[in-house]
Amino acid sequence: MIDAVGHPTSLLLLGGTSEIGLATAERYLEGGPVRVVLAGRQSPRLADAAARLTRAGATVETVEFDARDAAVHTEAVRKAFAGGDIDVAVVAFGVLGDQEKAWQDIDAAVELAEVNYVAAVSVGVALATEFRRQGHGHLVALSSVAAERARRSNFVYGSTKAGLDAFYTGLTEALRGEGIGVTVVRPGFVHTKMTEGLSPAPLSTTPEAVADVIVSSVASGREQAWAPAPLRFVMSALRHVPRPIFRRLPL
Amino acid sequence: MPRSQMTLAGWARTAPSRATVLTGDDVASDEALSEAIATAGERGVIARGLGRSYGDTAQNAGGLVVDMTARDRVHAVDASTGLVDLDAGVSLDRLMRIALPFGLWVPVLPGTRQVTIGGAIANDIHGKNHHSHGSFGDHVVSMDLLLASGEVRRLEPDGPEAELFWATVGGIGLTGIILRATIRMTHTETAYFVADTERTANLDETIERFSDGSDEAYDYSSAWFDSISTGSKLGRAALGRGSLARLDELPAKLRRDPLKFDAPTLLDLPDVFPNGLANKLTFSAIGELYYRKTKNERGQIQNLTAFYHPLDLFGDWNRAYGSKGFLQYQFIVPLDAEAEFRAIIRDIAESGHVSFLNVFKKFGEGNRAPLSFPMPGWNICVDFPIVDGLGAFCRSLDERVLAMGGRLYTAKDSRTDPATFAAMYPRLDEWRKVRDAADPDGVFASDMSRRLRLTP
Repeated sequence: MIDAVGHPTSLLLLGGTSEIGLATAERYLEGGPVRVVLAGRQSPRLADAAARLTRAGATVETVEFDARDAAVHTEAVRKAFAGGDIDVAVVAFGVLGDQEKAWQDIDAAVELAEVNYVAAVSVGVALATEFRRQGHGHLVALSSVAAERARRSNFVYGSTKAGLDAFYTGLTEALRGEGIGVTVVRPGFVHTKMTEGLSPAPLSTTPEAVADVIVSSVASGREQAWAPAPLRFVMSALRHVPRPIFRRLPL
Repeated sequence: MPRSQMTLAGWARTAPSRATVLTGDDVASDEALSEAIATAGERGVIARGLGRSYGDTAQNAGGLVVDMTARDRVHAVDASTGLVDLDAGVSLDRLMRIALPFGLWVPVLPGTRQVTIGGAIANDIHGKNHHSHGSFGDHVVSMDLLLASGEVRRLEPDGPEAELFWATVGGIGLTGIILRATIRMTHTETAYFVADTERTANLDETIERFSDGSDEAYDYSSAWFDSISTGSKLGRAALGRGSLARLDELPAKLRRDPLKFDAPTLLDLPDVFPNGLANKLTFSAIGELYYRKTKNERGQIQNLTAFYHPLDLFGDWNRAYGSKGFLQYQFIVPLDAEAEFRAIIRDIAESGHVSFLNVFKKFGEGNRAPLSFPMPGWNICVDFPIVDGLGAFCRSLDERVLAMGGRLYTAKDSRTDPATFAAMYPRLDEWRKVRDAADPDGVFASDMSRRLRLTP
């Protein structure tokens, strides 16, 4: 159960090496003990992530999970819940890809769509099933400001996140009466391994700052959040900029 | 069987969860309840009364919650022995109204009468007379417990299954469903109190009043204290101490109907309060008023509301905290920890976390129940509006309470962790053994039992 002050007993990170996910776990660990389940491909990076959280005081379990293999998603999610209730689950996996390749190479485009959208939908269904069974829980999906308006520079990525965003926004409504919360978080440019080497956009942020947004959103039951928060108004304005002007903006 | 899905929360309105709730006719017969237990499924069952526990004791996410308030028959009242045989869903308010004409008084009254007999036993509740009369479990002559197997057992405090009796007292519903009980009431000539009220100027004086032996002259005693003012006003208190009045102590006017149920409610608060209204400014002002209205006066005749339940003047007062709710932090520490105890009171006042409803009371001896809260010591209850940083502050309080050999109260807790709870209740394993023997598969479960890992 998430307690009276918003502290969970257990946390599931789908995408067990996600920097935002791990920062979220560390943020929760500052508030007391947490059992963390890391779902990801067995790899040295996953082992490192487990070691890092164990050092921070977590009880860590790992579950084999490959976003690219939808056939195993249900089983992976079921296993993640086998060790006891999951209070908060973060759908944190995703790939950025090479954007110029992605709109010209079928395999590259399909991979982005499968990981960022198909897998997100697939685990979303599995998580909703488990959360409904246990009667409580909070689901966090990492969307992106790129989902709000497609840009020339990363529209394939943006389109996959737009799909994820719409699905989880709808899931928020579907689970409303069930005592289960859903939060869609839309970070801007986050300094992580995924964005290494890219030039940061304005209002860029860090995994730790996004983690703070996640933690406060779960505690207050906020359903849509931006990181950093002012992006909400920036994106609201950008959505309405006429296309001839929008394409000239240095974004 | 018609079952409805409901979102349930404790009185502090934090951490709600969804469960299937069984109510009305579906809980009326023991057979229906046995059937419900047998078909409960993996998320288990927990009984619920009037929902006055502050945290997550009487909710069960994804499982079954049995609303026992429909079982509200009073089977027998024996005016001479003082024994009342009644269903677990009867409220103390109703019991009081029924028993008063017989000259019988509810032996232990908490801060509200809106609790059921089942809840009173399961939380082993206490009141202002703890130092003289113990806790609720001490007045239970027998109870019927529906076990996980579907059998009903009659348990007595010194009977063949005394261990299960005492594991059920304070056992927050995790040993079974309490169906019915026989309570030994207190004989009384009147429904009024002879009360002495006084103000203390600071914490030293407050502790002194409870340490100088004067408490022993009263059956009921407790204090409201100021937890916001710092410096010389720190820990100043308004004490109310008294005993049930004898007939000859009443003025002639009240003597005509000495056992009249006299507990007025002024109004129900509507659910319109914004978050943040409960702040230092408003709390300081109300606290100042409350403190000033308390006079140093001896031998006043007071009715139940005035002496015991001033909050009952406002029904649903928990709404005043807004939708974010609040957190009640009640702890007890042994008497010898006085120095550190003073430091805690000071640190609460200086923390910036504001609390208005602060209770200060010195407890007497505890009982045999392994999870019963009371023990000889200083009992403090404060309630904080939910704000950022409250979790960390409460964790720091937990550590200090634990270091002093103190503990938290299950009926109030909504946030501590399994290791801290286990350390605070050293007899937890003893309780678990009895509980697990009665319910090996963990059919009885609640959000609290999962949070604190109390059941298999």
